[in-house]
Amino acid sequence: MMTPAPVALGSKEAELRAAFWDQVATFPNGSKIRDCIQCGTCTGSCPVAHAMDISPRELVALFRAGFLEDILRSRSIWICASCYACTVRCPQGIRVTDSVYALKRLAAKKGIFPKTFPAHALSEAFVGNIHSFGRNWELWLGLKYYLSTHPTGLLSPNVQKFALRMLRRGRLAIRPTRIRGMKEVRAIIKKAQSMGGL
Amino acid sequence: MEYAYYPGCSLEATGRPYDVSLRLVFQRLGIGLKEIEDWNCCGATSYISMNKLTAYSLTARNLAYAERMGLDVCAPCSSCFTILSKVNRHMRWGEEHKAHINEVLAAAGLSYSASLEVLHPLGILVDFYGIERIQERVVRRLEGLKVAPYYGCQIVRPQGRFDDREDPQQLDNLFAALGADVVPFPMKVRCCGGMLMTSYEDVALKLNRDILTAASDAGADVVVTTCPLCQINLEAYQDRINKVYGERFHMPVIYFTQLLGLALGLSREELKLDEMVVPLPTTDQRRIEVHA
Repeated sequence: MMTPAPVALGSKEAELRAAFWDQVATFPNGSKIRDCIQCGTCTGSCPVAHAMDISPRELVALFRAGFLEDILRSRSIWICASCYACTVRCPQGIRVTDSVYALKRLAAKKGIFPKTFPAHALSEAFVGNIHSFGRNWELWLGLKYYLSTHPTGLLSPNVQKFALRMLRRGRLAIRPTRIRGMKEVRAIIKKAQSMGGL
Repeated sequence: MEYAYYPGCSLEATGRPYDVSLRLVFQRLGIGLKEIEDWNCCGATSYISMNKLTAYSLTARNLAYAERMGLDVCAPCSSCFTILSKVNRHMRWGEEHKAHINEVLAAAGLSYSASLEVLHPLGILVDFYGIERIQERVVRRLEGLKVAPYYGCQIVRPQGRFDDREDPQQLDNLFAALGADVVPFPMKVRCCGGMLMTSYEDVALKLNRDILTAASDAGADVVVTTCPLCQINLEAYQDRINKVYGERFHMPVIYFTQLLGLALGLSREELKLDEMVVPLPTTDQRRIEVHA
């Protein structure tokens, strides 16, 4: 599956790496990832490492070996639930969770996975809600997510039972709350995008 | 004491009992909460996964409105608390970072000078208001109730100011002072998986099963949480966990403000305990003594 590391990086890998360094420059100590000693504390602390195809420690090892594109294609970065266990335990002070966010943004920006990739599709649906209403509307989030990934999921008794249960208890809004300041929200989004988004 | 209140989207719907009980508890203790006008979504873990500057700037809009009120921010949802704190710290990291976000905010006629603190209500109650003062207001001690204190991940690390990131004590101390029997709970800061329950259900079910197993093994009558996502994952998916893993959990999972409210003399109806999926046994069944 994986080819040996080339002596010189391919142009695509080089471009992705440059974009990655730009991303990690946006938080303090972002470049500390260079100080990784491969101790595995991150992987040992990660509650979802068992479900990853590349463990957190291996992400750094593969990055060093020139396989950033493989990392961006992995499901690992989207399995990360941002619990920060690795970040607070890393003996080298590496901002692991923030680095994974940087990888997610890079993968999203480069469009390096199918549109129906679950965690990414959920993020897209979530962002879409903010663009439409300024707030998250949970019912619409669920509908949009299932429609864009696996529409048959909506027919699942588990999903329907969950929705009904919340509705009965008044814990699912049937209408969105649209904020009054949508003009401000749109102006912020437009401006941030014009500034490159980093 | 008064704070700018940022409820967050979950507290408007699935987390409504948290919003209602928090407001009532603060009111009873005389802590002021003024909702930030026309607040927008913090973007949670989703927006920051897509575009950082947009995500941070949208969050900063809320901080800008709070700054106009001149009040520190109270954010009960772990995800909102984390994102608001992250943006606050980012803008204090250096003048250039503050200026960068403010350049975006200016497009909406806003600015934020990063003068506020972002706080979680648990920290406000325990560290600022004080457990001793809360004890003075208790009308119904929680004697005999076995409580598993579940902090979840994000409020404890790395943005929170808790005494210990691996074994925090705020919830433990609070409920022990109210008379409850706080059980040893090794999974107290383990992640519930958050939104993975939607995107990778199998992964999240296992996380929640592990947490519920620890609470059940410790003999807990109830799990108290500080976050709407933890609450819904641990409670509303319990029958799914039971089905997939052949378990028989019937563990009430309530907001810490609901249990605190009971001790302060608020009723089950007021605290929306009737909106929970797994009901908390009534005081008669659990023999919670009443010391009026």
